[in-house]
Amino acid sequence: MSGEPAPRRDRWAPTSATVLAALVVVAAAAGFVWLPLIQPGSRVTGIWNAICTAAGLIYVAPANQPVVQPHFPLSQVELVPDLLRGTSAESIGRGATLALRCTMCHGARGLGPADIPNLAGQYPIAIYKQLRDFQSGARVSAVMQPLVAGLSNKDMRDLAAYYAYLPRLPPYHPAGAGPEIVLSGAPVRNVAPCGACHGELAHKEGVPWLEGQPEAYLAAQLSAFAAGTRHNDINGQMRNVARQMTPTEIQEAAAYYANRE
Amino acid sequence: MSNSRTLILAHFWLAFIGFGAALLLGAWQMFVRSPMHAWLRDPELYYRSVTAHGTTMAYVFPTLVAMGFGYFIAETALRRPLTGLRWAWAGFALVLIGTITAVVPVALGRDSVLYTFYPPMVGNPFYYIGVVLVVVGSWIWVALMSVNLRLWKRANPGEPVPLAMFAATAGAYLWAWTSVGAAIELLFLILPVALGLTTTINAGLARVFFSWTLHAIVYFWLIPAYTAYYTIIPRAIGGRLFSDQMGRLAFAMFLVISMPIGIHHLFMDPEVGAGFKFTHSVFTALVTLPTFMTVFTICASVAIAGRLRGGKGVLGWLRVLPWRNPLMLAVAFSFIMLGFGGAGGLVNMSYQLNTTIHNTQWVTGHFHLIFGGAVVIMYFAIAYDVWPHLTGRTLDSFALMRAQLWTWFIGMIVTTFPWHYVGILGMPRRMAFYDYSVPQIAPEAPYVDLSVVGAVILVISGVLFFAVLIRGQRALRVAPAAYRFSVAVHEPLRLPAALNGFGLWLALMIALTVVNYGFPVAHLIAARGGAVPAVIVGATR
Repeated sequence: MSGEPAPRRDRWAPTSATVLAALVVVAAAAGFVWLPLIQPGSRVTGIWNAICTAAGLIYVAPANQPVVQPHFPLSQVELVPDLLRGTSAESIGRGATLALRCTMCHGARGLGPADIPNLAGQYPIAIYKQLRDFQSGARVSAVMQPLVAGLSNKDMRDLAAYYAYLPRLPPYHPAGAGPEIVLSGAPVRNVAPCGACHGELAHKEGVPWLEGQPEAYLAAQLSAFAAGTRHNDINGQMRNVARQMTPTEIQEAAAYYANRE
Repeated sequence: MSNSRTLILAHFWLAFIGFGAALLLGAWQMFVRSPMHAWLRDPELYYRSVTAHGTTMAYVFPTLVAMGFGYFIAETALRRPLTGLRWAWAGFALVLIGTITAVVPVALGRDSVLYTFYPPMVGNPFYYIGVVLVVVGSWIWVALMSVNLRLWKRANPGEPVPLAMFAATAGAYLWAWTSVGAAIELLFLILPVALGLTTTINAGLARVFFSWTLHAIVYFWLIPAYTAYYTIIPRAIGGRLFSDQMGRLAFAMFLVISMPIGIHHLFMDPEVGAGFKFTHSVFTALVTLPTFMTVFTICASVAIAGRLRGGKGVLGWLRVLPWRNPLMLAVAFSFIMLGFGGAGGLVNMSYQLNTTIHNTQWVTGHFHLIFGGAVVIMYFAIAYDVWPHLTGRTLDSFALMRAQLWTWFIGMIVTTFPWHYVGILGMPRRMAFYDYSVPQIAPEAPYVDLSVVGAVILVISGVLFFAVLIRGQRALRVAPAAYRFSVAVHEPLRLPAALNGFGLWLALMIALTVVNYGFPVAHLIAARGGAVPAVIVGATR
């Protein structure tokens, strides 16, 4: 080192920026143009179309295209946590009056001897959703449909509030044991433990409390889900679960929840 | 100085106490989902534990280590008292309060959403508020690192910034920018739902923001370990750092390209276009460069130490290395785990190969090998190296330290190698129990058992680690010599501005973020129909 080195321009900034920009350009050219175009079976046509597709733009279906419709009405209920916000003691009182028309089957206080769901202490969103689905035809019942036809939205919210207010049947499983399908589900068949949604372990919005429900009713509903004749579970959760259950497991699960002895 | 030592010790102790608790939870999780244990009747308990384990290990533990080590470097490398000690204590208090705020609702089962949040699942707001407090506390540390560096530069114009400080500040800036993604997700998308202000959430957008944080957070965990490679190991084994500038370049590259690459975590997500997935994949591949540079430089530095100890020939220097020195062991184990973990990472980041192992136990094996293995073993090494300078007491349980490092290494290999293998066989991650009686799954059972053995070894190693530290706290008082960082073969006398500051690299980091994230974020904000009903976790039963 002799003498003062000649001052050199600092090239770090332009060089690193150029290298980075070049990398971006090469990666983008490959990812947004070349790869989309060479994909076998790709429906992409032209460079602009390739770029838009690779960027993840959502295409709106062209007008006048036939849209496949299900052959049954879909549930119109949007399950959000504050679906029933704003219900009060007054709702319970109104609900109690409206519920007089339900007592014939569901019992004077939401508990009945028939093979009909017990409503006492049921989660309000579960009741509200089923009423709405009966009304819209998403759930089919020759008995329920005429009874709910004249109910207003407020009526259904009040009924839900009233039945939720009544004391529910507690779990009654003195032996502590139960069928595997209920307690652990079947991981390989993608069946979660029932209690992961239906209470006891955790509860998801819109899902009913099952303890103390009649055995025949539970078994019938599980079979209906499995057969696809009941289809008002919004994302098909119950249809997927029930289809994976054997007839014996359906009987065991229904008997477990119905147990009140 | 004495007060700042207390500050740094407080950071390390809180970090390690959290680590110890989370380690036990991790071992329990592995046991209950192995064939040795009957199925958990309440899978929620498992997810509760995973959330606590992940939150502590991913947010609290490494952040506190980075903060404590950063303050230690600021004071010892810059050779001036830490400016802003009160602020530093305030930051520590925020992390402590945040940790408690987050962990209590998790322990009560109100927030079993895992540490990655997984919207549209939303739990009790206190968990998210706690995580935000931890992050805000760490931002105080970022500001203090920046302020201390600036004050030192003003007092020493034109002088090269010590490499340790350069590295620690690079880590701080990286964290500042990468934590913005999760902060936006928590403050603008999740907390409004958790507080009951709204009932729907744009889950796709939230996941994209989390990916902004999710990858570079790993490099934030890594940087204290890399700092130790460059600035502690060569000195500790009696060698010299092969190249100071190589270190600076590696940290600068981490700053620029480790951040805007997180979409490789979303390869299976439909809301992001394939073009962005591909470009993020390309840039993820580039992040291997600073790691390769580091491995080369540190191997060269270790070779220098070997030759200084009389090692000859192509491999003769390896034999004469100070293998009884715990730091020598630590760096060797760390590199082995980094090698295997890094190779697995290349599989994860490849857009096509990823499809084979996505969401399998392979991924869990990968990040435990990299973070729990390569990085955490260096956290142990850092603690062993700085402990006497913090406590003013000897730390000489060398046999115990070696046993601890050996058991951690063996335990981590025995845990994660079977995980990788069962992942290839198709075992999904995040499952509370498996049906090992199914013929297709039965072959996985012995490997899962083996990984539980690894967990037990890791717990033993954790116990040894605490034994070393506690013995150190109760040992004889000494006055340790001034702390020294590694000296390079050619100490830098003058450096180009780019390698002595962060302006250029921060500008490139932000520019690349805009390029790689700008469109996906803007598109998801603008697109209609992105909001979905939140799924409330831990609601009344």
